[in-house]
Amino acid sequence: MRRIYLDHNATTPLDARVFEVMRPYMTGAFGNASSPHSYGRLAKQALEESRGIIANTIGCKPEEIVFTSGGTEADNLALRGIAYHAGKRKGHVITSSIEHHAVLRTCAALEKEGFSATYLPVDSQGSIDPHEVHKAIRKDTVLISVMFANNETGVIQPVAELGRIAREYGIPFHCDAVQAIGKCPVELEKLNIDLLTLSSHKIYGPQGIGALYVRDGIGLAPMITGGHHERGLRAGTENIAAIVGFARAVKIAVNEIDTYRKMFKSLRNKLESGLLHALDGVVIHSAQGERLPHTSCIGFASVEAESILLHLDLKGIAASSGSACTTGDPEPSHVLTAMGVSPELAQGSIRISFGRENTEEEVTYTVSALGDAVQHLRGISSQWTGARSL
Amino acid sequence: MGDPTCGDQMKVSIRVDNGIISDIKFKSFGCPGAISTSSMVTELAKGKSTVDALMITDDDVVLALGGIPAHKKHCSLLGVQAVQQAIQDYLRKQKPEVEPVHEKDISGS
Repeated sequence: MRRIYLDHNATTPLDARVFEVMRPYMTGAFGNASSPHSYGRLAKQALEESRGIIANTIGCKPEEIVFTSGGTEADNLALRGIAYHAGKRKGHVITSSIEHHAVLRTCAALEKEGFSATYLPVDSQGSIDPHEVHKAIRKDTVLISVMFANNETGVIQPVAELGRIAREYGIPFHCDAVQAIGKCPVELEKLNIDLLTLSSHKIYGPQGIGALYVRDGIGLAPMITGGHHERGLRAGTENIAAIVGFARAVKIAVNEIDTYRKMFKSLRNKLESGLLHALDGVVIHSAQGERLPHTSCIGFASVEAESILLHLDLKGIAASSGSACTTGDPEPSHVLTAMGVSPELAQGSIRISFGRENTEEEVTYTVSALGDAVQHLRGISSQWTGARSL
Repeated sequence: MGDPTCGDQMKVSIRVDNGIISDIKFKSFGCPGAISTSSMVTELAKGKSTVDALMITDDDVVLALGGIPAHKKHCSLLGVQAVQQAIQDYLRKQKPEVEPVHEKDISGS
Protein backbone atom coordinates (compact mmCIF):
# COMPACT_ATOMS: atom_id res chain seq x y z
CA MET A 1 0.00 0.00 0.00
CA ARG A 2 1.23 3.48 -0.76
CA ARG A 3 1.96 5.70 2.21
CA ILE A 4 1.65 9.48 2.34
CA TYR A 5 3.01 11.43 5.27
CA LEU A 6 1.12 14.67 5.95
CA ASP A 7 2.00 15.22 9.60
CA HIS A 8 5.21 17.24 9.44
CA ASN A 9 4.21 19.45 12.38
CA ALA A 10 4.41 16.31 14.51
CA THR A 11 7.80 15.23 13.23
CA THR A 12 9.73 15.01 9.97
CA PRO A 13 11.85 12.34 8.31
CA LEU A 14 15.61 12.64 8.76
CA ASP A 15 17.25 14.47 5.86
CA ALA A 16 19.89 12.24 4.21
CA ARG A 17 22.38 15.13 4.30
CA VAL A 18 21.80 15.43 8.04
CA PHE A 19 22.32 11.73 8.59
CA GLU A 20 25.60 11.84 6.68
CA VAL A 21 27.13 14.42 9.03
CA MET A 22 25.84 12.53 12.07
CA ARG A 23 27.18 9.15 11.04
CA PRO A 24 30.83 9.60 12.19
CA TYR A 25 29.64 10.60 15.66
CA MET A 26 27.44 7.53 15.93
CA THR A 27 30.27 5.20 15.03
CA GLY A 28 33.96 6.06 15.58
CA ALA A 29 33.91 9.52 17.21
CA PHE A 30 32.23 8.68 20.47
CA GLY A 31 34.13 10.93 22.90
CA ASN A 32 32.67 12.85 25.81
CA ALA A 33 32.96 16.55 25.02
CA SER A 34 34.06 17.26 28.59
CA SER A 35 37.06 14.89 28.42
CA PRO A 36 40.50 16.50 28.00
CA HIS A 37 41.96 13.74 25.77
CA SER A 38 41.82 13.59 21.98
CA TYR A 39 38.48 11.74 21.92
CA GLY A 40 36.94 14.44 24.07
CA ARG A 41 38.53 17.27 22.12
CA LEU A 42 37.12 15.94 18.88
CA ALA A 43 33.64 15.83 20.40
CA LYS A 44 34.10 19.28 21.91
CA GLN A 45 35.14 20.65 18.54
CA ALA A 46 32.04 19.19 16.88
CA LEU A 47 29.88 20.60 19.67
CA GLU A 48 31.24 24.13 19.37
CA GLU A 49 31.23 24.10 15.57
CA SER A 50 27.57 23.08 15.67
CA ARG A 51 26.77 25.83 18.15
CA GLY A 52 28.50 28.27 15.80
CA ILE A 53 26.51 27.06 12.77
CA ILE A 54 23.20 27.55 14.57
CA ALA A 55 24.25 30.94 15.93
CA ASN A 56 25.31 32.10 12.47
CA THR A 57 22.13 30.85 10.89
CA ILE A 58 19.70 32.51 13.30
CA GLY A 59 21.87 35.57 13.91
CA CYS A 60 23.17 35.38 17.47
CA LYS A 61 26.39 34.69 19.39
CA PRO A 62 27.41 31.02 19.86
CA GLU A 63 27.40 31.38 23.65
CA GLU A 64 23.74 32.39 23.49
CA ILE A 65 22.74 28.87 22.37
CA VAL A 66 21.94 26.27 25.05
CA PHE A 67 21.35 22.73 23.81
CA THR A 68 18.46 20.85 25.39
CA SER A 69 16.72 17.52 24.81
CA GLY A 70 14.15 19.25 22.61
CA GLY A 71 11.51 21.95 22.38
CA THR A 72 9.66 20.95 25.52
CA GLU A 73 12.76 21.13 27.67
CA ALA A 74 13.74 24.46 26.10
CA ASP A 75 10.28 25.86 26.90
CA ASN A 76 10.57 24.59 30.47
CA LEU A 77 14.04 26.09 30.83
CA ALA A 78 12.82 29.45 29.53
CA LEU A 79 9.73 29.66 31.73
CA ARG A 80 11.00 28.07 34.92
CA GLY A 81 14.48 29.46 34.41
CA ILE A 82 13.17 33.04 34.35
CA ALA A 83 10.52 32.46 37.01
CA TYR A 84 12.94 30.93 39.51
CA HIS A 85 15.84 33.23 38.72
CA ALA A 86 14.74 36.00 41.08
CA GLY A 87 14.69 33.44 43.90
CA LYS A 88 11.13 34.24 44.93
CA ARG A 89 8.29 31.83 44.30
CA LYS A 90 6.04 34.59 43.08
CA GLY A 91 5.65 36.81 40.08
CA HIS A 92 3.45 37.06 37.02
CA VAL A 93 3.79 35.37 33.64
CA ILE A 94 1.92 36.38 30.48
CA THR A 95 1.30 33.77 27.83
CA SER A 96 -1.42 32.98 25.30
CA SER A 97 -4.35 30.57 25.38
CA ILE A 98 -3.08 28.79 22.23
CA GLU A 99 0.43 27.82 23.34
CA HIS A 100 1.78 24.31 23.09
CA HIS A 101 1.22 22.27 26.24
CA ALA A 102 4.95 22.51 26.94
CA VAL A 103 4.27 26.16 27.78
CA LEU A 104 0.66 25.98 29.02
CA ARG A 105 1.20 23.14 31.48
CA THR A 106 4.45 24.68 32.69
CA CYS A 107 2.58 27.91 33.42
CA ALA A 108 -0.10 25.91 35.20
CA ALA A 109 2.61 24.21 37.29
CA LEU A 110 4.11 27.61 38.13
CA GLU A 111 0.67 28.82 39.23
CA LYS A 112 0.48 25.94 41.70
CA GLU A 113 3.85 26.99 43.08
CA GLY A 114 2.71 30.53 43.84
CA PHE A 115 3.20 32.37 40.55
CA SER A 116 0.29 33.89 38.67
CA ALA A 117 -0.38 33.70 34.94
CA THR A 118 -2.46 35.51 32.34
CA TYR A 119 -3.56 33.56 29.26
CA LEU A 120 -4.16 36.02 26.43
CA PRO A 121 -7.21 35.44 24.24
CA VAL A 122 -7.07 35.16 20.44
CA ASP A 123 -9.45 36.39 17.75
CA SER A 124 -11.50 34.15 15.46
CA GLN A 125 -8.46 33.71 13.18
CA GLY A 126 -6.28 32.55 16.07
CA SER A 127 -4.20 35.68 16.39
CA ILE A 128 -3.22 37.57 19.56
CA ASP A 129 -4.05 41.26 19.83
CA PRO A 130 -0.91 43.07 21.10
CA HIS A 131 -3.14 45.49 22.99
CA GLU A 132 -4.15 42.61 25.21
CA VAL A 133 -0.51 42.28 26.25
CA HIS A 134 -0.42 45.95 27.26
CA LYS A 135 -3.48 45.40 29.41
CA ALA A 136 -2.08 42.26 31.02
CA ILE A 137 1.29 43.68 32.08
CA ARG A 138 1.66 44.14 35.84
CA LYS A 139 4.40 45.48 38.07
CA ASP A 140 5.42 41.93 38.96
CA THR A 141 5.34 40.52 35.40
CA VAL A 142 8.57 38.54 34.96
CA LEU A 143 8.06 37.03 31.50
CA ILE A 144 6.00 37.22 28.34
CA SER A 145 5.89 33.94 26.41
CA VAL A 146 4.08 33.74 23.08
CA MET A 147 4.70 31.24 20.30
CA PHE A 148 5.97 32.37 16.89
CA ALA A 149 3.47 30.30 14.92
CA ASN A 150 0.79 27.93 16.12
CA ASN A 151 1.27 24.21 15.62
CA GLU A 152 -2.39 23.46 14.87
CA THR A 153 -3.46 26.38 12.67
CA GLY A 154 -0.07 27.64 11.51
CA VAL A 155 -1.08 31.21 12.40
CA ILE A 156 1.92 33.51 12.75
CA GLN A 157 1.63 35.75 15.80
CA PRO A 158 2.50 39.48 15.85
CA VAL A 159 5.90 38.69 17.36
CA ALA A 160 7.60 41.96 16.38
CA GLU A 161 4.91 44.00 18.10
CA LEU A 162 4.93 41.76 21.18
CA GLY A 163 8.73 42.00 21.37
CA ARG A 164 8.57 45.77 21.11
CA ILE A 165 6.10 45.98 24.00
CA ALA A 166 8.13 43.57 26.13
CA ARG A 167 11.29 45.59 25.51
CA GLU A 168 9.47 48.85 26.31
CA TYR A 169 8.57 47.47 29.75
CA GLY A 170 11.91 45.70 30.22
CA ILE A 171 10.23 42.30 30.51
CA PRO A 172 12.00 39.24 29.02
CA PHE A 173 10.19 37.90 25.94
CA HIS A 174 10.23 34.19 25.20
CA CYS A 175 9.10 32.86 21.85
CA ASP A 176 8.56 29.21 20.96
CA ALA A 177 9.65 29.06 17.31
CA VAL A 178 9.59 25.28 16.99
CA GLN A 179 7.11 25.35 14.10
CA ALA A 180 8.28 28.61 12.55
CA ILE A 181 12.00 28.08 12.02
CA GLY A 182 12.71 27.05 8.46
CA LYS A 183 9.14 27.89 7.40
CA CYS A 184 9.21 31.67 7.73
CA PRO A 185 11.97 34.19 8.49
CA VAL A 186 12.86 34.42 12.21
CA GLU A 187 14.93 37.54 12.73
CA LEU A 188 16.04 37.60 16.34
CA GLU A 189 17.47 41.10 16.43
CA LYS A 190 14.58 42.85 14.69
CA LEU A 191 12.04 41.05 16.82
CA ASN A 192 13.43 41.85 20.30
CA ILE A 193 13.24 38.20 21.29
CA ASP A 194 15.16 37.37 24.48
CA LEU A 195 14.57 33.61 24.55
CA LEU A 196 13.80 31.42 21.55
CA THR A 197 12.89 27.74 21.53
CA LEU A 198 14.13 25.55 18.67
CA SER A 199 13.60 21.89 17.92
CA SER A 200 15.48 19.63 15.54
CA HIS A 201 12.96 16.98 14.54
CA LYS A 202 10.46 19.45 13.05
CA ILE A 203 13.07 20.45 10.45
CA TYR A 204 14.34 17.06 9.23
CA GLY A 205 16.87 16.70 12.02
CA PRO A 206 17.08 13.91 14.61
CA GLN A 207 14.61 13.64 17.51
CA GLY A 208 15.70 14.31 21.07
CA ILE A 209 17.60 17.53 20.50
CA GLY A 210 16.67 21.20 20.61
CA ALA A 211 17.99 24.48 21.87
CA LEU A 212 17.12 27.59 23.75
CA TYR A 213 18.55 30.88 22.56
CA VAL A 214 19.22 33.01 25.63
CA ARG A 215 20.09 36.61 24.90
CA ASP A 216 23.31 37.79 26.54
CA GLY A 217 22.45 39.32 29.91
CA ILE A 218 19.26 37.33 30.52
CA GLY A 219 19.60 35.48 33.82
CA LEU A 220 18.25 31.95 34.06
CA ALA A 221 18.09 29.35 36.82
CA PRO A 222 19.14 25.90 35.53
CA MET A 223 16.55 23.13 35.53
CA ILE A 224 18.96 20.21 35.30
CA THR A 225 21.93 20.48 37.62
CA GLY A 226 25.16 18.51 37.50
CA GLY A 227 28.30 19.25 35.53
CA HIS A 228 29.29 22.55 33.96
CA HIS A 229 27.87 21.78 30.52
CA GLU A 230 26.10 24.50 28.54
CA ARG A 231 27.41 27.34 30.72
CA GLY A 232 25.91 25.69 33.77
CA LEU A 233 22.41 26.08 32.37
CA ARG A 234 21.88 22.47 31.35
CA ALA A 235 23.98 19.72 32.87
CA GLY A 236 24.50 16.37 31.19
CA THR A 237 26.85 14.92 28.57
CA GLU A 238 25.99 16.44 25.24
CA ASN A 239 24.49 14.25 22.51
CA ILE A 240 27.10 15.12 19.92
CA ALA A 241 25.67 13.14 16.98
CA ALA A 242 22.25 14.74 17.49
CA ILE A 243 23.73 18.21 17.95
CA VAL A 244 25.81 17.90 14.76
CA GLY A 245 22.69 16.77 12.88
CA PHE A 246 20.56 19.50 14.43
CA ALA A 247 23.00 22.21 13.34
CA ARG A 248 23.03 20.88 9.81
CA ALA A 249 19.22 20.67 9.80
CA VAL A 250 18.84 24.28 10.97
CA LYS A 251 21.22 25.51 8.29
CA ILE A 252 19.48 23.59 5.51
CA ALA A 253 15.99 24.59 6.70
CA VAL A 254 16.78 28.29 6.82
CA ASN A 255 18.69 28.24 3.51
CA GLU A 256 15.87 26.45 1.73
CA ILE A 257 12.90 28.44 3.07
CA ASP A 258 12.15 30.10 -0.26
CA THR A 259 12.39 26.85 -2.22
CA TYR A 260 9.62 25.25 -0.23
CA ARG A 261 7.35 28.15 0.67
CA LYS A 262 6.00 28.36 -2.90
CA MET A 263 5.61 24.61 -3.15
CA PHE A 264 3.78 24.39 0.20
CA LYS A 265 1.41 27.20 -0.75
CA SER A 266 0.57 25.48 -4.00
CA LEU A 267 -0.04 22.12 -2.28
CA ARG A 268 -2.19 23.73 0.38
CA ASN A 269 -4.28 25.70 -2.13
CA LYS A 270 -4.89 22.51 -4.05
CA LEU A 271 -5.91 20.67 -0.87
CA GLU A 272 -8.18 23.36 0.51
CA SER A 273 -9.90 24.30 -2.73
CA GLY A 274 -10.29 20.60 -3.56
CA LEU A 275 -12.03 19.87 -0.27
CA LEU A 276 -14.26 22.95 -0.41
CA HIS A 277 -15.28 21.88 -3.89
CA ALA A 278 -15.86 18.21 -3.02
CA LEU A 279 -17.75 18.52 0.25
CA ASP A 280 -20.33 20.62 2.06
CA GLY A 281 -19.76 21.61 5.65
CA VAL A 282 -16.01 22.24 5.37
CA VAL A 283 -14.29 25.04 7.28
CA ILE A 284 -10.68 26.08 6.73
CA HIS A 285 -9.61 27.39 10.12
CA SER A 286 -7.68 30.68 10.19
CA ALA A 287 -8.10 31.04 6.41
CA GLN A 288 -8.02 34.82 6.81
CA GLY A 289 -4.97 34.77 9.09
CA GLU A 290 -1.31 34.89 8.13
CA ARG A 291 -0.35 31.23 8.23
CA LEU A 292 2.75 29.10 7.85
CA PRO A 293 2.46 27.89 4.25
CA HIS A 294 2.61 24.17 4.99
CA THR A 295 -0.11 23.93 7.67
CA SER A 296 -3.82 23.51 7.09
CA CYS A 297 -6.41 22.97 9.81
CA ILE A 298 -9.73 21.81 8.42
CA GLY A 299 -13.05 21.25 10.16
CA PHE A 300 -15.70 18.82 8.86
CA ALA A 301 -19.23 19.25 10.22
CA SER A 302 -20.91 16.28 11.93
CA VAL A 303 -17.97 13.89 11.96
CA GLU A 304 -15.29 13.20 14.50
CA ALA A 305 -11.64 13.76 13.65
CA GLU A 306 -10.21 10.55 15.04
CA SER A 307 -12.60 8.53 12.89
CA ILE A 308 -11.47 10.47 9.82
CA LEU A 309 -7.83 9.86 10.73
CA LEU A 310 -8.44 6.14 11.08
CA HIS A 311 -10.03 6.02 7.61
CA LEU A 312 -7.09 7.97 6.19
CA ASP A 313 -4.62 5.68 7.93
CA LEU A 314 -6.29 2.68 6.31
CA LYS A 315 -5.52 4.33 2.99
CA GLY A 316 -1.91 4.96 4.00
CA ILE A 317 -2.34 8.66 4.75
CA ALA A 318 -0.91 10.05 8.00
CA ALA A 319 -2.48 13.26 9.31
CA SER A 320 -3.39 14.44 12.79
CA SER A 321 -6.29 15.95 14.64
CA GLY A 322 -6.69 19.36 16.15
CA SER A 323 -8.40 17.48 18.91
CA ALA A 324 -6.15 15.82 21.43
CA CYS A 325 -8.52 12.85 21.70
CA THR A 326 -5.93 10.60 20.08
CA THR A 327 -3.58 11.21 22.97
CA GLY A 328 -6.14 10.23 25.55
CA ASP A 329 -7.46 13.68 26.32
CA PRO A 330 -11.12 13.85 25.33
CA GLU A 331 -11.27 17.65 25.39
CA PRO A 332 -11.52 19.34 22.01
CA SER A 333 -8.50 21.36 20.82
CA HIS A 334 -7.74 24.26 23.17
CA VAL A 335 -6.51 26.25 20.19
CA LEU A 336 -9.71 25.98 18.15
CA THR A 337 -11.85 26.46 21.27
CA ALA A 338 -9.94 29.68 22.08
CA MET A 339 -10.76 30.89 18.55
CA GLY A 340 -14.46 30.45 19.28
CA VAL A 341 -14.89 27.31 17.14
CA SER A 342 -17.79 25.20 18.46
CA PRO A 343 -16.79 22.06 20.39
CA GLU A 344 -18.50 19.89 17.72
CA LEU A 345 -16.56 21.43 14.84
CA ALA A 346 -13.35 21.38 16.90
CA GLN A 347 -13.91 17.63 17.43
CA GLY A 348 -14.24 17.26 13.68
CA SER A 349 -11.08 19.15 12.75
CA ILE A 350 -7.92 17.64 11.35
CA ARG A 351 -4.50 19.07 10.66
CA ILE A 352 -2.52 18.48 7.51
CA SER A 353 1.09 19.65 7.52
CA PHE A 354 3.10 19.29 4.35
CA GLY A 355 6.77 18.53 3.95
CA ARG A 356 9.49 18.58 1.34
CA GLU A 357 8.70 15.16 -0.09
CA ASN A 358 4.98 15.74 -0.76
CA THR A 359 3.63 16.01 -4.32
CA GLU A 360 0.58 17.43 -6.10
CA GLU A 361 -0.51 13.91 -6.97
CA GLU A 362 -0.47 12.98 -3.28
CA VAL A 363 -2.78 15.89 -2.59
CA THR A 364 -5.21 14.69 -5.27
CA TYR A 365 -5.25 11.23 -3.68
CA THR A 366 -5.73 12.75 -0.23
CA VAL A 367 -8.64 14.96 -1.27
CA SER A 368 -10.35 11.93 -2.74
CA ALA A 369 -9.68 9.75 0.33
CA LEU A 370 -10.83 12.51 2.69
CA GLY A 371 -13.99 13.01 0.67
CA ASP A 372 -14.81 9.30 0.89
CA ALA A 373 -14.07 9.12 4.62
CA VAL A 374 -16.15 12.16 5.51
CA GLN A 375 -19.07 11.06 3.36
CA HIS A 376 -19.00 7.58 4.87
CA LEU A 377 -18.89 8.93 8.44
CA ARG A 378 -21.66 11.41 7.75
CA GLY A 379 -23.74 8.47 6.57
CA ILE A 380 -23.63 7.03 10.10
CA SER A 381 -23.53 10.38 11.92
CA SER A 382 -26.26 11.32 14.37
CA GLN A 383 -25.61 14.96 13.54
CA TRP A 384 -25.44 15.18 9.77
CA THR A 385 -28.60 16.47 8.18
CA GLY A 386 -27.15 17.48 4.84
CA ALA A 387 -25.58 20.73 3.68
CA ARG A 388 -25.93 23.63 6.02
CA SER A 389 -24.22 26.84 6.85
CA LEU A 390 -21.71 26.90 9.69
CA MET B 1 -27.45 10.27 24.16
CA GLY B 2 -24.31 12.24 24.72
CA ASP B 3 -21.12 11.68 26.66
CA PRO B 4 -20.48 14.84 28.65
CA THR B 5 -16.75 14.17 28.88
CA CYS B 6 -15.95 14.18 25.17
CA GLY B 7 -19.02 15.43 23.33
CA ASP B 8 -19.69 12.13 21.58
CA GLN B 9 -23.31 11.58 20.65
CA MET B 10 -25.29 8.51 19.68
CA LYS B 11 -28.80 7.64 18.51
CA VAL B 12 -30.21 4.11 18.79
CA SER B 13 -33.40 2.74 17.23
CA ILE B 14 -34.80 -0.69 18.03
CA ARG B 15 -37.49 -2.92 16.57
CA VAL B 16 -39.09 -5.34 19.05
CA ASP B 17 -41.16 -8.37 17.99
CA ASN B 18 -42.73 -10.46 20.78
CA GLY B 19 -40.30 -9.11 23.34
CA ILE B 20 -37.25 -9.89 21.18
CA ILE B 21 -35.05 -7.16 19.68
CA SER B 22 -35.33 -8.15 16.02
CA ASP B 23 -33.47 -5.17 14.63
CA ILE B 24 -31.28 -2.45 16.09
CA LYS B 25 -29.50 0.46 14.42
CA PHE B 26 -27.28 3.29 15.56
CA LYS B 27 -25.99 6.62 14.36
CA SER B 28 -22.94 8.10 15.98
CA PHE B 29 -21.03 11.36 16.18
CA GLY B 30 -18.09 9.86 17.91
CA CYS B 31 -14.53 8.66 17.82
CA PRO B 32 -13.55 5.17 16.59
CA GLY B 33 -13.90 3.97 20.18
CA ALA B 34 -17.50 5.14 20.35
CA ILE B 35 -18.35 3.80 16.89
CA SER B 36 -16.84 0.35 17.53
CA THR B 37 -18.42 -0.06 20.98
CA SER B 38 -21.76 1.17 19.64
CA SER B 39 -21.53 -1.31 16.79
CA MET B 40 -20.67 -4.15 19.19
CA VAL B 41 -23.44 -3.39 21.68
CA THR B 42 -26.00 -3.47 18.87
CA GLU B 43 -24.56 -6.82 17.72
CA LEU B 44 -24.87 -8.16 21.26
CA ALA B 45 -28.41 -6.86 21.74
CA LYS B 46 -29.79 -8.12 18.45
CA GLY B 47 -31.86 -11.29 18.93
CA LYS B 48 -31.97 -10.92 22.70
CA SER B 49 -35.10 -10.27 24.72
CA THR B 50 -35.47 -6.72 25.94
CA VAL B 51 -34.86 -7.92 29.51
CA ASP B 52 -31.63 -9.73 28.56
CA ALA B 53 -30.45 -6.80 26.46
CA LEU B 54 -30.92 -4.48 29.43
CA MET B 55 -28.36 -6.56 31.31
CA ILE B 56 -25.56 -6.00 28.78
CA THR B 57 -22.75 -4.16 30.54
CA ASP B 58 -19.91 -2.11 29.12
CA ASP B 59 -17.56 -4.86 30.29
CA ASP B 60 -19.44 -7.30 28.02
CA VAL B 61 -18.88 -4.92 25.11
CA VAL B 62 -15.19 -4.45 25.85
CA LEU B 63 -14.76 -8.22 26.20
CA ALA B 64 -16.56 -8.88 22.91
CA LEU B 65 -14.28 -6.41 21.15
CA GLY B 66 -11.22 -8.15 22.54
CA GLY B 67 -10.34 -5.17 24.74
CA ILE B 68 -10.02 -1.45 24.09
CA PRO B 69 -7.36 1.04 25.25
CA ALA B 70 -7.82 2.25 28.83
CA HIS B 71 -8.45 5.86 27.82
CA LYS B 72 -11.23 4.69 25.48
CA LYS B 73 -13.13 2.80 28.20
CA HIS B 74 -15.51 5.69 28.74
CA CYS B 75 -16.58 5.42 25.08
CA SER B 76 -18.09 1.98 25.74
CA LEU B 77 -20.49 3.40 28.31
CA LEU B 78 -22.22 5.57 25.76
CA GLY B 79 -23.35 2.70 23.54
CA VAL B 80 -24.56 0.60 26.45
CA GLN B 81 -26.46 3.48 28.00
CA ALA B 82 -28.02 4.42 24.67
CA VAL B 83 -29.29 0.86 24.12
CA GLN B 84 -30.67 0.75 27.66
CA GLN B 85 -32.45 4.05 27.16
CA ALA B 86 -33.91 2.87 23.87
CA ILE B 87 -35.28 -0.28 25.53
CA GLN B 88 -36.64 1.65 28.50
CA ASP B 89 -38.27 4.09 26.13
CA TYR B 90 -39.86 1.16 24.30
CA LEU B 91 -41.07 -0.44 27.56
CA ARG B 92 -42.56 2.86 28.74
CA LYS B 93 -44.50 3.18 25.52
CA GLN B 94 -45.81 -0.37 25.96
CA LYS B 95 -47.20 0.49 29.43
CA PRO B 96 -48.77 3.90 29.17
CA GLU B 97 -50.30 3.60 32.66
CA VAL B 98 -46.84 3.91 34.21
CA GLU B 99 -45.88 7.48 34.94
CA PRO B 100 -43.51 8.59 32.17
CA VAL B 101 -39.90 9.35 33.05
CA HIS B 102 -38.84 12.63 31.53
CA GLU B 103 -35.91 12.34 29.17
CA LYS B 104 -32.92 14.13 30.40
CA ASP B 105 -30.54 15.84 28.03
CA ILE B 106 -27.13 14.84 29.22
CA SER B 107 -25.34 15.90 26.08
CA GLY B 108 -22.03 17.48 26.91
CA SER B 109 -21.85 19.79 23.96
